[in-house]
Amino acid sequence: MDIDLTEDQALLREATRKFLEAEMPLATVRSLADQPAGFERGWWRLGAELGWTSMLVPEEHGGGSVTDEGLLDLVVVAEEMGRLVSPGPLLPTNVVASAIARAGTPEQQAEWLPDIVRGRTLATWALCEPGGRWQTHELALRARRADRGYVISGVKEPVEAGADVDWILVTASSDAGPAQLLVPASAEGLTITRLEGLDLVRRFASLEFGDVFVPDSAVIGTPPTAADDVERQLQTAIALQLAETVGAAERVFEVTLQWMFDRFSFGRPLASYQALKHRFADMKLMHESSQAAATAAARSVQRGEPDAAQKVSAAKAWVGEKETFLMQECVQMHGGLGLTWEFDLHLYLRRATVNQMTWGTPSQHRERIARAVGIDEVVE
Amino acid sequence: MSGTPRETVDRFRLRARAWLADHMPPRPLDFNYGDWDRTRELQRRLYVGGFAGVCFPAEYGGLGLPYEYQQALTEESLPYEMPFALNSPTLGIIAPTILEFGTDAQKRRFIPNLLSGDEIWVQFLSEPTSGSDLASITTRAALDGDHYVVNGSKIWSSGAHAADWAICVVRSDWSVPKHDGITVLLMEIHQPGVTVDRIVDSVGGDEFCQEFFDDVRVPAANVLGRPEGGWPVVRGLLANEHNTVGGGSIYTSGRAPRLNTRIQSGALELARATGRAGDPEVRQLVGEDYVLGFIQEATSERLRRATETGALPPTGGALLRLLSGETHVRRSDMALQIAGVGAAAWRPGNPTAKAGTGYIGRQLGAIGGGTAEMARNVISEQVLRMPREPAADRGVPFDDVRHNSASPRPIRPDSARR
Repeated sequence: MDIDLTEDQALLREATRKFLEAEMPLATVRSLADQPAGFERGWWRLGAELGWTSMLVPEEHGGGSVTDEGLLDLVVVAEEMGRLVSPGPLLPTNVVASAIARAGTPEQQAEWLPDIVRGRTLATWALCEPGGRWQTHELALRARRADRGYVISGVKEPVEAGADVDWILVTASSDAGPAQLLVPASAEGLTITRLEGLDLVRRFASLEFGDVFVPDSAVIGTPPTAADDVERQLQTAIALQLAETVGAAERVFEVTLQWMFDRFSFGRPLASYQALKHRFADMKLMHESSQAAATAAARSVQRGEPDAAQKVSAAKAWVGEKETFLMQECVQMHGGLGLTWEFDLHLYLRRATVNQMTWGTPSQHRERIARAVGIDEVVE
Repeated sequence: MSGTPRETVDRFRLRARAWLADHMPPRPLDFNYGDWDRTRELQRRLYVGGFAGVCFPAEYGGLGLPYEYQQALTEESLPYEMPFALNSPTLGIIAPTILEFGTDAQKRRFIPNLLSGDEIWVQFLSEPTSGSDLASITTRAALDGDHYVVNGSKIWSSGAHAADWAICVVRSDWSVPKHDGITVLLMEIHQPGVTVDRIVDSVGGDEFCQEFFDDVRVPAANVLGRPEGGWPVVRGLLANEHNTVGGGSIYTSGRAPRLNTRIQSGALELARATGRAGDPEVRQLVGEDYVLGFIQEATSERLRRATETGALPPTGGALLRLLSGETHVRRSDMALQIAGVGAAAWRPGNPTAKAGTGYIGRQLGAIGGGTAEMARNVISEQVLRMPREPAADRGVPFDDVRHNSASPRPIRPDSARR
């Protein structure tokens, strides 16, 4: 948790936690594992009433947040959802909402935002492509100019909640640079295939676009500035993802630390062994530094700092590796119990691992930073 | 402050920017830790210019301003050379300890002089026979009238050869358990009975020192805290040390080009020097180098706020100390990896030299300023509240505890005495 939460953010956190503990305890999360989408729309609408879909949307379209820094408020919600490995398309729906709020025309905003805010319309962002491609310069999916619109062809994969939403914001390459288009899930020529995956309730899909026509009215932003829009969306997505991972790790660490006091061997609590104490000191550092990185990155995005891209990538590379390592250590501390299906730890490890590998792996983000700090510049 | 409205941070920043441009030399590529005359001179300029001691109380020569002003000054100072060597221990460790535990007279005597660069301080903590178990020190102080008479030896005091004053931790009562017989003295270094030897470290530097005390007289008025009440002072000192070593102190000013630049070089510089910028492995390390810097900055900011607000105890600084040690170790490995064979043999002046020698000093970051292992003890016991290690000396009079006997011999018998 951010040390400097405002009073309103602290209240938001408390309300979110109460709601999730009552409505989405881990037993319910497990039961959703058998359902195709991994979440129910009725539940999502309840969350929307709590503000989960409105924080990145201006008030004139039904949005609004508890402070004037909406992303930092939403980060509070994401962290709480991480604590209970909650289901639901929080990240992709909010990224699409923020994209429309940022770059959409007034008509587009009026058409989509109110229903997204109310939780009636679900949306996701299709950026990533097979082979781990997600950076704008490497996108292979094409949007070709056509009469009064574009024709899209190519594959997006994996797309979070791709088989369970109403609208898809597709980032394509076009002759004029990256282009973003809103495509209905029911579009002709679009084939959606569910993927199998690691997380019990977070589902991904493969979207194959076979010459899908999209009218001009569905183009979000214009090519010259669309690259900035995509970058901003990516930063927003990663800020939310980091918060979720940190929230998940926080819970795992709490539970495991308590276990060290409760479990006795050779007549002493596990917590009294220096070999284990030192590992907890290391884990505490991994978690505090991850939390610090997630907070610093989110603030940097919220405030639009010029080096936000590097900071976000740095936090992404660090948090992904450190928090999953922490969780593996916690598995070790629990012994055999930590490896059972019944014990909840693997739910957290699954979520954190999925988060580590999606929206760019740690290695890809380190490479992105190396480019940003000028490794390819020729120096005499 | 006297009724005048306080200058805003932005105005302070602009004033600092202009002043720094006129008065401070450009930032050096390579920071020479050992140039103490220059350090004094630069600190004096800051003091005279009204930019020293931003967060120090005004009645003791500081500016009495909140940390955001210091942050602004540090940010503005990045293009310039600053008296970096004064940050640790003088400004970040010694000064806040005197502020916390000193009498008003002590603060008036010592704080203005250290802010002006007139008096450089050092810590006399470790002994040849007492390292991590600091409370087992055997340097003795006996009261003789209104003076203490000190005998024994201290070691690993970086920069003592150039310092004027020391915080010296001594044992003044041997009949009580180890923590209860400790007194902290403010000791003048330039006086009869104090001998300072320099120790050459494994990388070739000679900032480490060992001191020998032969009937050194210290006025009883120079006790910091209470007689035999020194242990809380030592803990305060160590917390300040952890904060400073980790980069979380509000009392330090400016940011050295990089912690330990004396022996470490940057990943990007090395990648270019070796012509390996296109190598995917090297590119990963250059990215990681930025990540490590970002993490240190973000973590020190978070932990500073956490200890300020009470979300973490003051001993939370041990987390920063551990992070800086781990980071130093990791960067040494990374530099070696990028430099490749250039770390083994190099043309004069090639930056790969530092990658090689830096690797030899790899553990410096995890030993100097208190070992990483002690930081892990502090984190697990005082932050996470895990049970303390069993100790055979708890509650036992120090005279009855098995301890190392004082060893007045230098660890390098042939080292030149000053």
